[in-house]
Amino acid sequence: MGLRTFVIRRFLLLIPTLLGVTLLIFAVMQVMSPVERAALYVTSEKDAQRATAEIIKKYGLDQPIHVQYFIWITEVLGGNLGWSTKTHRPVLAAILEKAPATMELCIFTLPVIVFAGIYLGVKSAVNRDKFVDHVTRTTSIIGWSLPSFWLGILLLAIFFAYLGWFPPERLGTANLDHVLSTQTSWIDYTGLYTIDGLLNGRFDITVDAIRHLVLPVVSLTIQIIALIVRVMRSSMLEALNKGYIVAARAKGLTKNEVINKHARRNALIPVVTLTGMLAAGLLTGVVITESVFNLNGLGRFAAYAALPPPDLPAVLGFALLTGVIFVMANLIVDIIYAYIDPRIRLG
Amino acid sequence: MGIMSRLKKFITERSPNVKEIKFTVSRIKKSPLSIMGITILVFFIAIALLAPILAPPGHPSQRGDPYRIPKFGIFPAPQPPSEEHPFGTAQWQYDIYYGIIWGTRTAFRIGFIVVISALAISLLIGSVAGYYGGIIDELLMRFTDIIIAFPGLILAMAIIAVYGPSLDNIMLALVLVGWPGYARVIRGEILRVKSEDYVEAAKSVGCSDLRVIVRHVLPNAIYPIVIMASLDIGAVVLSAAALSFLGLGPPPGYADWGQMISFSRGYIYANPQDPLKYWFTWVIPGIFIFLFVLGWNLLGDAFRDIFDPTIRRR
Repeated sequence: MGLRTFVIRRFLLLIPTLLGVTLLIFAVMQVMSPVERAALYVTSEKDAQRATAEIIKKYGLDQPIHVQYFIWITEVLGGNLGWSTKTHRPVLAAILEKAPATMELCIFTLPVIVFAGIYLGVKSAVNRDKFVDHVTRTTSIIGWSLPSFWLGILLLAIFFAYLGWFPPERLGTANLDHVLSTQTSWIDYTGLYTIDGLLNGRFDITVDAIRHLVLPVVSLTIQIIALIVRVMRSSMLEALNKGYIVAARAKGLTKNEVINKHARRNALIPVVTLTGMLAAGLLTGVVITESVFNLNGLGRFAAYAALPPPDLPAVLGFALLTGVIFVMANLIVDIIYAYIDPRIRLG
Repeated sequence: MGIMSRLKKFITERSPNVKEIKFTVSRIKKSPLSIMGITILVFFIAIALLAPILAPPGHPSQRGDPYRIPKFGIFPAPQPPSEEHPFGTAQWQYDIYYGIIWGTRTAFRIGFIVVISALAISLLIGSVAGYYGGIIDELLMRFTDIIIAFPGLILAMAIIAVYGPSLDNIMLALVLVGWPGYARVIRGEILRVKSEDYVEAAKSVGCSDLRVIVRHVLPNAIYPIVIMASLDIGAVVLSAAALSFLGLGPPPGYADWGQMISFSRGYIYANPQDPLKYWFTWVIPGIFIFLFVLGWNLLGDAFRDIFDPTIRRR
């Protein structure tokens, strides 16, 4: 199978998966009464207060289930995820408003996890059963076992409460006022304060935003990095035992040359498959990390929406979004994997 | 046949299994990490078994439910450790020591119930899918794909949001998102075993499908998954604690470690002058969650090496 055929086939497989993902969310919705479900369709406060009977009629909530699904999916594809009862705005608007904080957190965390994870995994494998290896393995098992929310509180207690170095939330009060106020010259280019600070020429805001990001990034990294370290270590160990490594050494190359040019490149391939799990880890991680550090992002929004009385349109909208992101991440992984490892598309 | 000869026959028949078990034990003994894991878990099993002695229930505020942490007064601020309350008291004077001890039982209960239920569902679905194949297999596997398409904790959160927060619903949600992963592995194992000669032989002498699956296929396919699942107990307890922390678990005053921490975040924000004043309310339950999960993960990490057939005998 050529790469193009593989990609086309993989894209076609996306259709039933996405159909399934929406069906599952739709199935969870069926637990609610039609009146509660009405909130999933309305798009304004006025709508929400309107006679529910009218909404039920308009969106066909008294229709057979397949008709209901069709109406619902049409609305979702049109960008209507319903009305968020806790934030008093359409779910999609709320998601778009909260997304930048989450994106900023992920953009800063991802490179740290990937580069540090690969570095430590290689280091650990090359020094197998030596001190570095034991320390790395033990630390990653510890990181894997730490309750993330507790780790967050611990970091807050030490670095915010005790030392006063890195505060929670996204910005200091004065800067936040400046950013949120309509009176100031601040322009929201991306919603990511670190980048907007640069674009607005306010470097102090960028620095402040980075200072606020340190603890969440560290906390997320410790939770997830063990995944990369473990796979990179075992993949590197396997690569180091291959014949071509022995050949390269025999040819007279130094140990470092062999590790950097021959072993590590090949050992990276299995790490690519981890991208899907990494995406899941980040999506789950932000829910807890943002809650602990009071970051006004998607994760905290979803966690707050899930508390009773639940804001179900918001929770289900977020779940649908993460499901779609996760499916897409896996699609990209499969394609990259097929590109770098031809055996996959031949199989 | 007398009992002795039966026993002898049993021993000779089982001697390869016994040998394998002996080998496994010798490998475990050589691995310091697994010894540490086992020590930690034995410690927790002891606490769970001895809970009624270590922290006797029966305080009037418990109203007969040992999992309700006894309350010593109505004062809202936590009190530091004292002679009476070795780990201090939480908000509204819940005894933290009692909560920790009985929370151990809650942790084991969550872990066992979730893993066993998820295994049971996955055994049923995985073996039906793997054994019959064809359209049934296709349908069941596509269904598992859909659940796997979500990050587990987020789907669990949505399920709990719909059904309302409680410990039972946390367990239900974790089972619902947990079984598909096992089902896939079981299906794969069944596919491997089903083409073996002894299965063909059993079919040819007229065994029913149920008998073939239960007597011949499953016993030869089940062990890897049982080990994999039992070592997931740590991860399950960690997820449950996280959900509990988010406020989706049992109400305040229930002996559950995650719930015990969920209040504490506020203390750091609420006391800017002395943010570490109530450290005992979250440090102690957190250490217990950490050690419990660490115990399972250490064991899991060592077992992966020990049971992996490709590196087992090296």
